[in-house]
Amino acid sequence: MKIKTEAGERHVLAITVDNEAGVLAKITGLFTARGYNIESLTVADITADHALSRITIVTSGPPPIIDQIIAQLDRLVPVHKVIDLNDAGEAHVEREIALVKVAGTGDKRIEALRMADVFRAKVVDTTLTSFIFEITGTSDKVDRFIALMRECGLVEVGRTGVVAIARGSEAL
Amino acid sequence: MTEMSGADMVVQALVDLGVDTVFGYPGGAVLPIYDALYKHPTIQHILVRHEQAATHAAEGYARSTGKPGVVLVTSGPGATNAVTGITDALLDSIPMVVLTGQVSTALIGTDAFQECDTVGITRHCTKHNYLVMDPDRLGPIMHEAFHIATHGRPGPVVIDIPKNVQVATGQYVIPEKIAHKSYRPQVEPDADAIAAAVAMIAAAERPIFYTGGGVINAGPDASAALRQLVALTGAPVTSTLMGLGAFPSDDEKWLGMLGMHGTYEANMAMNRADLIIAVGARFDDRVTGRLDAFSPDSKKIHIDIDRSSINKIVPVDLAIVGDAGRALDAIIAGWQAAGHNGRDLGEWWRRVDGWRATRCLDFPEKKDASAEIMPQRAVKALFDATRGLDPIITTEVGQHQMWAAQHFGFAAPNRWLTSGGLGTMGYGFPASVGAQIAHPDRLVICIAGEASLQMNIQEMGTVSQYRLPVKIFILNNEWMGMVRQWQELTYESRYSNSYSDSLPDFVKLADAYGWTGLRIDNLGQLEDGIKKMIETPGPVIVDCRVAQLANCFPMIPSGAAHTEMLLQPSDVTGTMDDEAKALV
Repeated sequence: MKIKTEAGERHVLAITVDNEAGVLAKITGLFTARGYNIESLTVADITADHALSRITIVTSGPPPIIDQIIAQLDRLVPVHKVIDLNDAGEAHVEREIALVKVAGTGDKRIEALRMADVFRAKVVDTTLTSFIFEITGTSDKVDRFIALMRECGLVEVGRTGVVAIARGSEAL
Repeated sequence: MTEMSGADMVVQALVDLGVDTVFGYPGGAVLPIYDALYKHPTIQHILVRHEQAATHAAEGYARSTGKPGVVLVTSGPGATNAVTGITDALLDSIPMVVLTGQVSTALIGTDAFQECDTVGITRHCTKHNYLVMDPDRLGPIMHEAFHIATHGRPGPVVIDIPKNVQVATGQYVIPEKIAHKSYRPQVEPDADAIAAAVAMIAAAERPIFYTGGGVINAGPDASAALRQLVALTGAPVTSTLMGLGAFPSDDEKWLGMLGMHGTYEANMAMNRADLIIAVGARFDDRVTGRLDAFSPDSKKIHIDIDRSSINKIVPVDLAIVGDAGRALDAIIAGWQAAGHNGRDLGEWWRRVDGWRATRCLDFPEKKDASAEIMPQRAVKALFDATRGLDPIITTEVGQHQMWAAQHFGFAAPNRWLTSGGLGTMGYGFPASVGAQIAHPDRLVICIAGEASLQMNIQEMGTVSQYRLPVKIFILNNEWMGMVRQWQELTYESRYSNSYSDSLPDFVKLADAYGWTGLRIDNLGQLEDGIKKMIETPGPVIVDCRVAQLANCFPMIPSGAAHTEMLLQPSDVTGTMDDEAKALV
């Protein structure tokens, strides 16, 4: 007997929660306990009094599973609001930051710098044999930049994961 | 606002919240709270013999009264022993507040004596939990915890209280109004959805009500509303294991329980219906059978207070999020306002009666006095003997539980206490302790299997200590019967570890604890034995020897559809493919 799994589409969820100990564990635990995917997760507090945090989760699943994820998150006591940013179609903005370290000399070094310029990546640190680039953009753009850097002496990558927000004047 | 110790705040909050009973077991990390409870004038502490039993007793108390059950245990092993009962309460939506002691805040995280990460361990088996680091927070947290445990879909809440927080003093604050920042379950159903439901019910030719534990949780008024709506519409009613009692079993519209060990008529009616009205039920796998064959031609209305229950397993046509009682009331009002008289469901009832004619709960038995007792007969005899006594019945988990569900009838809610979702062996006896504490003058009977009973049998001491007249009626077949039944069905009767070897002499055990012990060996002794059990004051254990190899039918085998019920032992094949074996 083989165990089957179901593929699904990518969704970006924005969640506001009480900024309390254990809330993140409760949310990530819900995903593991119920077998949902987490492709990326970011969290930081967002209010002046540090009362609320915003969590952005990129997940994937068929539509009924996405509905379940939202309903399951919504019933957790410390969760204030859950928004599926995909519901607004393309009407949301996603960004991710990556720090990309490239080591090398000669042509590869020059090529790395040139491509960084094309991607509008900033140089945030340099030595005679290395650069650290900071690149901001959609996950796709970051992926493509990192793929190119592999050819130019990529040694290390740190990524933040996705933060996202809906377009227009309305708040979450 | 009053200055007092954390331990005094805990006790004061319990008083302010109307708590009269706490089930618990002391230990190092809760000694300050136990001292505050010492000779307390209004709060009765019931000392159990194992913390798991405290949680099940609290569940029994809660399920039989509608009030939250309260548990008090120490840190470390006290808390971990409580986890099974906490999880049981989560799956069966039982309101419960569990107070756990914790090592002092300075010791947290140092692997101190009797330290465990209680909030970490219980994070996913509670509705919510708290670690209280500041005595000033105790008042608000205690009040909020009871609010969360009892509002919306009920469930267990854990409050972990470090020992120094119990000793330190602070301000006891009662929040004026509990309006939780984020937890605001929808109670009132949406009016448009109600109107749509009324129209769907009025138009249905083959409707059926499928009700669950949510109707019980919504209170006696919800059960009354269900009866009224069924009478108005004329539709048949079936229920989950947890929902038994919401609708009277002697009503002609009652089809019996549905699902794996439900009746043929209930399952066939679900399969052939054109409208299912699910009320406070969650389409559990034990109910649906094979999902792709579940009620293929019906529209489905789902009333539930928990939005995440809707479309979780079975997609529905109309969702009504709200309290089951309010939703039923609203549908009744809508039905009456629209002037519906109810369709002629005669053709539908003729088909239902055809399925009823299989008499699926009948069982073969010998009638002479020396004959072995069929377990179904024992349950029926118990039911007959207790008519008019309005008993509270608890069960353990296994064959005896299913036979009790099939053959014991209930006329009202809060009289049937069983572990449905988690299926916890060891639940029934301590639950009967909790129910008896809440109802000292009622007849409380735990229908048990000899295997399950042994999982919390130490509570006989608790019963003796508080002089509770609990009756335990053991259907003793010397097997973990349901395990053996599945081994017959699936593994060609290879009885791997399912024999109840080395059983105690239950009559002598009763004697050892100061109980009355009775033994029933054959059919001729059954009625008198039950009569003697009921008439004997104080706790009684009845070792009722039943046919050892009887199995529980009808049955939907795992991976099968509602229409593929096994009605007789002769339907059993003894093998199963891997796909079916993998289903629980």
